[in-house]
Amino acid sequence: MAMLEIDNLHAKIDGDEGKEILKGLSLKVNPGEVHAIMGPNGSGKSTLSYILAGKEDYEVTDGSVTLDGEDLLEMEIDERAAKGVFLAFQYPIEVPGVATMTFLRAALNAQRKKRGEAEISTPDFLRLVKAKSGALGINPDMLKRGVNVGFSGGEKKRMEILQMAILEPKICILDETDSGLDIDALKVVSEGVNALRSPDRGMIVITHYQRLLNHIVPDFVHVMNKGRIVRSGGKELALELEANGYAEYQQDAA
Amino acid sequence: MNADIRPIRTPAEQALVSALGSLPETGGGRLADLRRASARAFVENGLPHRRVEEWKYTDLRNLMREAVPLASPATVARADAGARLLNGADLRRIVVANGAVVRELSDLDGLEEGLSIATLADALASGDAVLGQLGGIVPARYDAALALNTALASDGLVITVAPGAQIERPVHVAHVFAGDIAAASFARSLVIVGAGAHFTYAESFEGPEGLAYQANVATEFVVGDEAHLDVVRLQEEGAAAIHLATLLFDVGRKAQLHTFGFSSGAAVARTSLYATLSGADSHVAFNGAVLVKDRQHVDSTLFVDHTVPGCESRELFKHVLDDNSRAVFQGKIVVRQAAQKTDGRMMSRALLLGDDAEMDNKPELEIFADDVACGHGATCGAIDEDLLFYLRARGIPLKEAQSLLVQAFVGEAIELVENDVLREALVERAEGWLRARG
Ligand SMILES: Nc1ncnc2c1ncn2[C@@H]1O[C@H](COP(=O)(O)OP(=O)(O)OP(=O)(O)O)[C@@H](O)[C@H]1O
Ligand SMILES: [Mg+2]
Repeated sequence: MAMLEIDNLHAKIDGDEGKEILKGLSLKVNPGEVHAIMGPNGSGKSTLSYILAGKEDYEVTDGSVTLDGEDLLEMEIDERAAKGVFLAFQYPIEVPGVATMTFLRAALNAQRKKRGEAEISTPDFLRLVKAKSGALGINPDMLKRGVNVGFSGGEKKRMEILQMAILEPKICILDETDSGLDIDALKVVSEGVNALRSPDRGMIVITHYQRLLNHIVPDFVHVMNKGRIVRSGGKELALELEANGYAEYQQDAA
Repeated sequence: MNADIRPIRTPAEQALVSALGSLPETGGGRLADLRRASARAFVENGLPHRRVEEWKYTDLRNLMREAVPLASPATVARADAGARLLNGADLRRIVVANGAVVRELSDLDGLEEGLSIATLADALASGDAVLGQLGGIVPARYDAALALNTALASDGLVITVAPGAQIERPVHVAHVFAGDIAAASFARSLVIVGAGAHFTYAESFEGPEGLAYQANVATEFVVGDEAHLDVVRLQEEGAAAIHLATLLFDVGRKAQLHTFGFSSGAAVARTSLYATLSGADSHVAFNGAVLVKDRQHVDSTLFVDHTVPGCESRELFKHVLDDNSRAVFQGKIVVRQAAQKTDGRMMSRALLLGDDAEMDNKPELEIFADDVACGHGATCGAIDEDLLFYLRARGIPLKEAQSLLVQAFVGEAIELVENDVLREALVERAEGWLRARG
């Protein structure tokens, strides 16, 4: 059994009668693999990532998701995080009044506690944050502010990757982490992501641009359209999409 | 319509009326007259009820039905054991138990130059000239809680800060109810801050958890020209108590007045704040944080009267309501015709944690001048789901995520407290309240 197994997932907006967004999506991610998902706007990529993270706005009507054989859909949001699910948001939100350091520490300790590990000591925590934020080019001043408060689009994305580096999840889902990054930032952030590639970690990288995949080279590329994966291939599929667009898939699916 | 079936007086009113009747005749003089007039007004009007506009959301006649005797003095040991709030902080502490100053527990030695502190009882006995100012600030309308206080309070503090004196160490008046019998206590204080002086006044309120005692306090503050006064209140009365507070301010020219009220105690609490801006170009701010749960009812009512030009007033109140609790915010800013260039802004925000909690927000502006910048707003809602999701998606459990967000919410107001010691103490009290939620 794969680490993450999504099987025939159907989902709609909670409470909404008609609108099905995911329509039988299946995907398997093994440890060490990086899967890229590409697809037109509105095809359901962010919805998939939210459902994996546990957002309550959606209702799964059919199918299953397991993480290491355990039913992910039955778990609370924070339980999923403690089990190793991490979503780097497409639009990270500002949390005014909650200091970034307080937030990072609360998150790390909550996860450790749930896994039966001891809390991290203050010096260890400060060292960890310093090392990881330095590598991502995050200004220490940013860490003194409220979470994401007043951050530029690119700074918010870096902060997401910093959280990922500190929390060391098992399965990383990156939703358009490249959008809003300038060319240099793209490189820094990609290096941050690559540093986290490991034989025990799986990644799902959602993107619109082949450019990111030059930096984070995927093992698989999937094309998503209208709530399902309509084609899968190797990294060369991204180049093909870049050249031809999604027209052929949209006709197929229609 | 059903006047014939409603008893004319509730047991509580009856008890108060008899207490007023048994007052010793204090003889002549302005204060004695004031006392008698207040007693008469109460006998006539009784406790306010929902048909009295200012008490519409806090029907005191209904909420305070039980008759309780007047409090007798507490023993020093009981007062000492009961007064725990803000201990240890570097504050000059004065303990007032059951409405009477407890000298044995009060730090009245080595007062800074320019600071004088007397008990009201002593000042009354010696006929201190400063009492000419007691009862000098009169609200626009009859206020029952204040009338009872004026008629029944026999002790409290008279604090004067000489013109120009810069008193760094805050004075902390620790009010405590100590005893086993539910009773009513009354304390009255007068704080006079001279021109150009700087002073920080803190007061705390606490008492036994299960006892339905009543605490009625009123304090008048006279803020001189160019004076700077900070007032910080920590109301953590016992869960069955009734807390009635009246704060009266007269603010001089170019003065600075900042108040902060933290309220998380009592079954029923009402704080009425009356401020008259009588000198031009002053800056005042009345802020607060209210944290309530179970069936608590906490009412913050403000009346800010701009009578002169060029003043700035700010109000920011944050309410957090859990369970079936209820909070009331009534804020009225009046800008008289002469008060041109007034800049007034009032905001009340509420966060509902409990499905059955109720917030009543009533901000009002009454403007008679034409060149002013005034605004008010009120919000009321649950914790933002997207924020909660973001925190939980990082592994923070629901209750802890809520606590972080509530702390951030009230923190925005608590942050406005200038004194470091007091601000940190309030942050700690808010954290404690959240921890107690589990
Ligand atoms: N909470 C919601 N309420 C209403 N519609 C929603 C909601 N969430 C998603 N949708 C709809 O579901 C569809 C899929 O949205 P989703 O955000 O998953 O697309 P996406 O593939 O991430 O698009 P993009 O590439 O633009 O980010 C869209 O039509 C969107 O409008
Ligand atoms: Mg998206």
